[in-house]
Amino acid sequence: MAKFEKANSVGEWLDQRLNLTTFNKVMMTEYWIPKDINFLWAMGVLLATTFGILVISGLFLMMYYKPDVNLAFDSVNYTIMQEVAFGWLFRHMHGVAASVVFLIIYIHMFTGIYYGSYKQGREMIWISGMLLFMTFSAAGFSGYMLPWGQMSYWAAMVITNLFGGVPVIGDALVVWIRGDFNVADATLTRFFMLHVFLLPITIMGIIGLHFYTLRIPHVNNQSSDEFDFDAEAEKYLSGNKKESKVIPFWPIFISKDLAVLGIFLIFYFYLVFFHYNFAMDPVNFDPADNMVTPAHIYPEWYFLWSYEVLRGFFFDIAGFKAFDIGLIAFAFANVIFLLLPWLDRDPKILPAHKRPAFFVWFWLLMVDLIVLTVYGKLPPTGTNAWVGFFAAVSFILLFIILPIISKIDAKKRGSL
Amino acid sequence: MRELKILAVVVVLTLITYWGVEPYAHSVMHPHVAPADFTFSDTKEDVADVKGLQGNVANGEVLVTSNCTACHAIESKGFPQVMDNASSSAAYGVTPPDLGSAGKLYNADYLAAFIKDPAKASKTAHKFVDGKVHPMPQFNWMQPQEIADMVAYLQSIAPKEMTNKEVFTDACQRCHSIKYADMKGGSMAAFTPNDNIKHYMGKLPPDLSQMIRSRGHHYLETFVNDPQKLLEGTAMPRVGLTEESQAQVVAYLEEVGDSKKAQREELGPKFLIYLVIFAIFAFLWKASKWREVH
Repeated sequence: MAKFEKANSVGEWLDQRLNLTTFNKVMMTEYWIPKDINFLWAMGVLLATTFGILVISGLFLMMYYKPDVNLAFDSVNYTIMQEVAFGWLFRHMHGVAASVVFLIIYIHMFTGIYYGSYKQGREMIWISGMLLFMTFSAAGFSGYMLPWGQMSYWAAMVITNLFGGVPVIGDALVVWIRGDFNVADATLTRFFMLHVFLLPITIMGIIGLHFYTLRIPHVNNQSSDEFDFDAEAEKYLSGNKKESKVIPFWPIFISKDLAVLGIFLIFYFYLVFFHYNFAMDPVNFDPADNMVTPAHIYPEWYFLWSYEVLRGFFFDIAGFKAFDIGLIAFAFANVIFLLLPWLDRDPKILPAHKRPAFFVWFWLLMVDLIVLTVYGKLPPTGTNAWVGFFAAVSFILLFIILPIISKIDAKKRGSL
Repeated sequence: MRELKILAVVVVLTLITYWGVEPYAHSVMHPHVAPADFTFSDTKEDVADVKGLQGNVANGEVLVTSNCTACHAIESKGFPQVMDNASSSAAYGVTPPDLGSAGKLYNADYLAAFIKDPAKASKTAHKFVDGKVHPMPQFNWMQPQEIADMVAYLQSIAPKEMTNKEVFTDACQRCHSIKYADMKGGSMAAFTPNDNIKHYMGKLPPDLSQMIRSRGHHYLETFVNDPQKLLEGTAMPRVGLTEESQAQVVAYLEEVGDSKKAQREELGPKFLIYLVIFAIFAFLWKASKWREVH
């Protein structure tokens, strides 16, 4: 055991035992971030804050929520929304944050794609980030079931049904997931468990991993400039702050994040108080009724693009059933982003505007995703079905041609 | 400058997506219908003969007393319910309304048209086929003057002022529950027992506790005025509420279903003001910190 001197202050006492000074340096004041960044680099802190809002508001909601098909709807819409002091505020904050967090996730993700921050050593950042996207999606889906409204019930019905498409074990799998032959009380209670325990704890773990993955390859910058972080840090510490290409996480980087966060919170709380229907669908204020199918069933906006890839294949092709093709395409859409670091064959990290072919590819992808999102909500009839079909095919093609596209850029530049 | 350009791109893409999945998608899924018609213009022809007539209240009283009170209560005039709610709904399918407030709640032309032919005026003729008839008989055999007299009498006995809850109770509660209005006491259940109303309407009419959130003002205003317009073939009758009464019904749905609206609207601006101040200080701090490194 180390020898301990008598401490002269509480801080010193703690420092002796926990080495807080060093910890503070490593995590904050000497954790180096590139200086050449724009506000898109603040999305991580926005996400951490939004997740914090979700956890805290969720804790309050959990004090009154009842995971039982006979009690759930009223516990949310009567007890929480009308009886509990400021229960409505926590519910609105939770519902709106659950939707807005996906907007920020998408911005964060496409920032990474645009600036090439997913490859050449940064693969683990990307993968842990995509795992967060997946676990957040699962949390969003399971949480949407809890109020036990019409859309809770029918979305759960449609989505759990998808697992029936898995070969051989499909039917058994659906029953296993639901805990019943139908979406019922057992389903609600287990999704409650997933939503309030297993998924949040998994998310917290992966957030830790995601932060850690940044340590070795470091954060990218907006001109994808590669430099020696240690040398730049030395410059900064020796007082040459203006010339150094790095800044410490605390207080320089965080000061910019907080400024962006301020703007974001104004936007977020405006939605919480005055414009929440986009996140809390009015249809879900009708109690779940297994005898009445809503006229239009659609998932929350952030799932629409992949839902439309699933739905886009609405006719049998060459003996394959439309449902199976759709399901395969849906599976493709959900894993393909994970493989992005290996689909991009350009060995150099550059922002998209310095990669002519990739630049076009990126914006085509954005347009295609927006088309898929919008048509994922519209009724899939007539022309809509065909727009959905072509947008879904384009989505798949875009990822198939990405290796070629990225190679063309590299060849033209002479990197290959 | 570059940051503003990036921000513009992010905002534009977000707004396009928002527009597509919210206003645009909803306009496709819920096609626009004509706004509420509080003159009930489609009944004009049916009541053209009544319209110009001056109703005689005294004569109307005689007619209403002799023709209506066999089934309808008028508590305020000393005619109590003939049977309790369960028995009367077993007899008629649905509990008949007390007529004491009819003259205030319902549009006069509509009331005349309804007395003449209830199924037609309420747009529920499609329910009464194959030998089924509306529980209230048609009074189109009466003289137009007599109809005008009855309407005049009903208007004369109606209270001048009613609370939102009273309007709801008289206009909606025979079929609809609104349990959140009295969650513990259960006094806001529909007057007609569930089994009877289910049999009469084909399905249990929904509890209205959350209608203000699930349907919203805009939908309710058109729907209550004429349910067929938005839900073709529905068993719900057009009840003929005046614009004022309907506004009271919607206000009541809001009092019950969105009881924290006032608190929400009061608290919202305070949060936003606080956050604007927070953002200003955050920007000042950022500027002071970045001055060191730029």
